[in-house]
Amino acid sequence: MSDTKKAIAELFTNRFGDRVKVGPTVGGIVSIEVQVDSWLEVCRVLRDEDEFGFEQLTDLCGIDYLSYGQAEWDTSDVSQEGFSRGVESLGSGRFSWDERPEAADVSQRFGVVVHLLSFKNNHRLRLRCFAPDEGMPIVPSLVEIWSSANWYEREAFDLFGIVFEGHPDLRRIMTDYGFTGHPFRKDFPLIGNVAVRYDPLKKRVVYEPVDIEPRVGVPRVLREDSRYKADEVDQAADATAEQVASGEQEKQDG
Amino acid sequence: MAEIRNYTMNFGPQHPAAHGVLRLVLEMDGETVVRADPHVGLLHRATEKLAESKPFNQSIGYLDRLDYMSMMCNEHAYVRAIEQLLGIEPPPRAQYIRTMYDELTRFSNHLLWIASCGIDLGAMTVFLYAFREREMIMDMYEAVSGARMHAAYYRPGGVYRDLPDKMPPYKESRWTKGKDLKRRNEWREGSLLDFIEAFAKDVPGKIDEYETLLTNNRIWKQRTVGIGVVSPEKALQMGYSGVMLRGSGVEWDLRKKQPYAMYDQVDFDIPVGVGGDCYDRYLVRVEELRQSARIILQCVDWLKANPGHVMLKNFKVIPPTREEMKDDMEALIHHFKLFTEGYCVPAGETYCAVEAPKGEFGCYLVSDGANKPFRVHFRAPGFAHLSSMNELARGHMLADTVAIISTLDLVFGEVDR
Repeated sequence: MSDTKKAIAELFTNRFGDRVKVGPTVGGIVSIEVQVDSWLEVCRVLRDEDEFGFEQLTDLCGIDYLSYGQAEWDTSDVSQEGFSRGVESLGSGRFSWDERPEAADVSQRFGVVVHLLSFKNNHRLRLRCFAPDEGMPIVPSLVEIWSSANWYEREAFDLFGIVFEGHPDLRRIMTDYGFTGHPFRKDFPLIGNVAVRYDPLKKRVVYEPVDIEPRVGVPRVLREDSRYKADEVDQAADATAEQVASGEQEKQDG
Repeated sequence: MAEIRNYTMNFGPQHPAAHGVLRLVLEMDGETVVRADPHVGLLHRATEKLAESKPFNQSIGYLDRLDYMSMMCNEHAYVRAIEQLLGIEPPPRAQYIRTMYDELTRFSNHLLWIASCGIDLGAMTVFLYAFREREMIMDMYEAVSGARMHAAYYRPGGVYRDLPDKMPPYKESRWTKGKDLKRRNEWREGSLLDFIEAFAKDVPGKIDEYETLLTNNRIWKQRTVGIGVVSPEKALQMGYSGVMLRGSGVEWDLRKKQPYAMYDQVDFDIPVGVGGDCYDRYLVRVEELRQSARIILQCVDWLKANPGHVMLKNFKVIPPTREEMKDDMEALIHHFKLFTEGYCVPAGETYCAVEAPKGEFGCYLVSDGANKPFRVHFRAPGFAHLSSMNELARGHMLADTVAIISTLDLVFGEVDR
């Protein structure tokens, strides 16, 4: 299995050189990162050349890497304020529209992730492309290559504000007509900013600021304890056992 | 000469044939559709964003509510994605139960499809027939999970609990009594598996009944043959999957091509259409009903012969039972940690797809090592199908758009997410 993975990695490196970066493979899907300037070119090759043969774009989505790998649980300076003492507000569920954090200056914040499927060769591929500018993320549109990208790109534009250059019809798709902001960004509050209701007195729908409080019960924690490293623990145990065994052997020899 | 202008009209969002909250803006030249522009998102609930603020297991319930006609298949994709990142594999009995329930779900989805498509195109009786059988599948859901629809039954590491030994019978009431009660309880005297077996053995005859009503029906054929034709190349290009793809003659089914659960252990065929029109999609779905019944029977046989665990024994991910918790300090600690914090999934990303009744339902999961997903994205088959509405409907009559929407098999829970 690992040989084939290596072969696939080589296939991409040989064909595209340093325009792509081959990432780890999980569940049999190779993941490659493509530079934004060669995004269209690489995709066209992936569709047209037989050894790749990706006839279908199954999925495309945006992703916001702000706050990646950050936990909300910080017990380094514990105070006397009760259970929530360790919870630092960071996640999107813990602030309202007015308290939303200034978007941090993170490079490679917005990415576009594409899943391709080859029916001929029966394999999948994951492509990722980072938008170069965080303030105004722009990525070339894939609609010309796979027409199924059309609505997926509209969705990524709507939810993340990623602009797809060359898209024929880049309108919002999921959110309400006249919506402000891009709700799936990590600096957009989970509770939103406006609420809609029908006002019987005015006899029309009215928009008001939300009146609910942010409330997420479970803090976000990151744990890297031994349970996720069972293999390493086993290996270490084996190594120790071997050492002990060989030590005993030496003793006997001596 | 009178001036002739195109009309622009709204089809939905409150139209019974729109299958939910689809607002379809149609530009009409007389009775002919010139342009169709679907507006979706009226049922957008930000499931993916909500999942980012909850421990992994707490989102399983949301998955039921995406495609609310094929609940357990959605759960399956999500649960598999988590299992893949955790590197765990559920025991074989759980895998068989999942296979069986995936097929029951497919069965109930196609029944609802045949019922509602029939009613859209003016065939009332098939609706009543199909709901008669669908009710039994709802009972199977209830017997195993306690809920008729939103089961939350699949969990990372297996399924929530084993199949019950007793199928709950109907109780006597003012409406069900005497001979009628006896007839309805005939299959319900044994275990759930007995009930499912009796159902799956009986159901091919019921499928014949639907076919008698529709397959050679002149009106049905007039409404569906040659309507909404999709060529195989177009189907690939537009991101089709599932029945929409097979109806166009592309031989592709994830259950065969990229098998998961126990699909490589059971025997079944994949029906493929030739014309790619609404009628072929109907035929493919009917044949899939028969194949599902076949798979269900094979799973029942295996499950009857092989009792065993349905959940992994791994307290780091799966909570201990109540008895274990009361008995053992370690188990109590694990229980507490799992229910207050959940489990952390190692950093990484994966994409897991299942062959849901409507097509490929995929789950793209990114974890940064926390107890909540960093990002989840659900690839809903209906979203891709609906996006091609303009190409499908252009040039057809207004009444044909109803047939087209119907055979796309849309559920707005998954299109809008």
